[in-house]
Amino acid sequence: MRADYVIKRTAFAIITIFVSITLNFFLFRVIPGDAVSNLARVPHATPQLRQALEKEFGLDKPKWEQYVIYLKELAHGNLGVSFANQEPVWSNLKTALANTLPMVTLGTVFAIVIGLIAGVFSAWRRGTKLEQVSTNVAIAFYAFPTQWLALVLLIYLSAFLPSHGMTNDFLLNPTPWEHFKDVLLHMVLPSLTLALTLYGQYTLVVRSAMLETLGEDYVLTARAKGLPQRTIVVRHALRNAMLPTTTLIALSLGYIVAGAILIETVFSWPGIGSAVYQAVTQRDYPMLQGAFLVLTVSVIFANFVADLLYFKLDPRITE
Amino acid sequence: MGVRPDIVGEGAGLEAPPPRRRRGGWFFQILRESRQAKVGLAVLLFFIVVALLAPWIAPYSVHEQTGAVYCPPSSEHLLGCDDGGIDMLSLLIVGGRTSLVVGFAATFVAMIIGGGIGIIAGYRGGWLDGLLMRITDYFLVIPDLPLAIIVAAVWGPSLPHLIFVIALLLWTSTARIIRSQVKSVRELVYVKRARSLGARNTRIVFRHVLPQIGPLLIANTVLTVAIAIFDETALSFLGLGDPSAVTWGSIIQFAFLRSAISAGAWWAIIPAGLCVALVIMGCYWLGQAIEDALNPRLKVAHLSPRSFRLRPLPGRGKDAE
Repeated sequence: MRADYVIKRTAFAIITIFVSITLNFFLFRVIPGDAVSNLARVPHATPQLRQALEKEFGLDKPKWEQYVIYLKELAHGNLGVSFANQEPVWSNLKTALANTLPMVTLGTVFAIVIGLIAGVFSAWRRGTKLEQVSTNVAIAFYAFPTQWLALVLLIYLSAFLPSHGMTNDFLLNPTPWEHFKDVLLHMVLPSLTLALTLYGQYTLVVRSAMLETLGEDYVLTARAKGLPQRTIVVRHALRNAMLPTTTLIALSLGYIVAGAILIETVFSWPGIGSAVYQAVTQRDYPMLQGAFLVLTVSVIFANFVADLLYFKLDPRITE
Repeated sequence: MGVRPDIVGEGAGLEAPPPRRRRGGWFFQILRESRQAKVGLAVLLFFIVVALLAPWIAPYSVHEQTGAVYCPPSSEHLLGCDDGGIDMLSLLIVGGRTSLVVGFAATFVAMIIGGGIGIIAGYRGGWLDGLLMRITDYFLVIPDLPLAIIVAAVWGPSLPHLIFVIALLLWTSTARIIRSQVKSVRELVYVKRARSLGARNTRIVFRHVLPQIGPLLIANTVLTVAIAIFDETALSFLGLGDPSAVTWGSIIQFAFLRSAISAGAWWAIIPAGLCVALVIMGCYWLGQAIEDALNPRLKVAHLSPRSFRLRPLPGRGKDAE
């Protein structure tokens, strides 16, 4: 049974990644007025130049052949060359990813912790005034557009915290410790924004999962046994509520990615989100394609891990 | 203390069957019982009415300069002006119209795609069901915004494209909900009886299946509108909306691009985001109230702050006090 489940999930992950690669290829090449053929449409280009460009980029070959070449290059880790800075896309993305990960991780962990606490509190104290305030605050943060929240924090907190980029360029020859402190300070606003936008969603998810479990018979039994409320909430209700919560947090990964794109744009954080934004504004299609692939593959992988984790958490799954 | 009647009544589901109501009656019942639903509906109706009346109630034109650049709020310009000296309040009113149209249109398209796929998958079953659900799973897993970005970037920015791109992201939850409901309703005795009487598939779906899943569908629709409007602001912010259209998303985008922050013009940013947030909250309150009402398990709480007894959901009437 166990092996069955793992194989099934692995197969789904692999197929999903493959479909994304294919989609990525065809979206950019098959749609009329497609992006790559625009390359050869240099203004005032002579037909010769156009032909030379088409040949150079392999656009004169049939689509399926281009597709096979694309797959081959991808297998060798080649995502193409950025139009904007002529660097390989993968090396651009690597630096960007390394910048994004700490910021996103900090924000997400923070959001999960506050979300869990606020969600459990909201379900436990349902019906009280304080709970209504807490829940409605969570709904508000769920509803605030991410980029807007970032801008609002920028208006009110940029006097106290660095609001732009990842490092202070005027810090000359910083020691590693100074550099670390500098980056950490710059990380506060983007991470805080991400944490706030996610916190609302997580609170609501945990709350509704907890409300479901609090209505279960085993909670009634525990209560009848005279167990203290704290024990019931933490040991009985929360543990069971963790199951749907894990799934929903895994599914919110796409939301985290979206948040990262918008937040990095506002705070000029040199991560993968900024890379996407710049690629959009500069019409840098190879970068855009590469970023989409990297983001998709990481989200699919994280979902795969969450699936396995879910299996570990819930022994009832036998499919 | 004895057995509390409300525990037996609600917890064990022994309540007498409710009297037959006309179709749609459930909606008014939820409205009566839930303050959350009332507030949500009121907020939504307010914004819809403002959007409908936009050309008549907007104080100024959104195409002409009527004040100084980034002039602060005053009695003439209640919410100040933007970087072109255009009245912010008028921009908000007119922009709300487009934002709501995009939100509702995208939801409508998403409902058609999701509803169609859900009904076919749930009703037909078999390999077709498997295939359609794998496709749905796929869309559920891949990150929304990057997909929307590449599709919008390749297609080029325009309102219809924006609507379709957002719909492309949102149909999955509808498809899943409808599929599972259709699957369970299909097995009900009266549906089987209708089929044995010779009712065709379309008739069964429209007469027997859809009315059953109506409330859930409406809750889902309302929550989808919220996400659609949220996505509109995100895509517009990244420059993938219609560059000539005024929407709440484009107001935030322009304020960001044209350095409203360094000009200290909070009025160019904050109201637009608050409008978006209010609409989304309205949708959430209404949608959640309907979903809660459909899930009787939520009415039972074996743990509550002061004493061990049933408590009503917030704003859900006084009968359980």
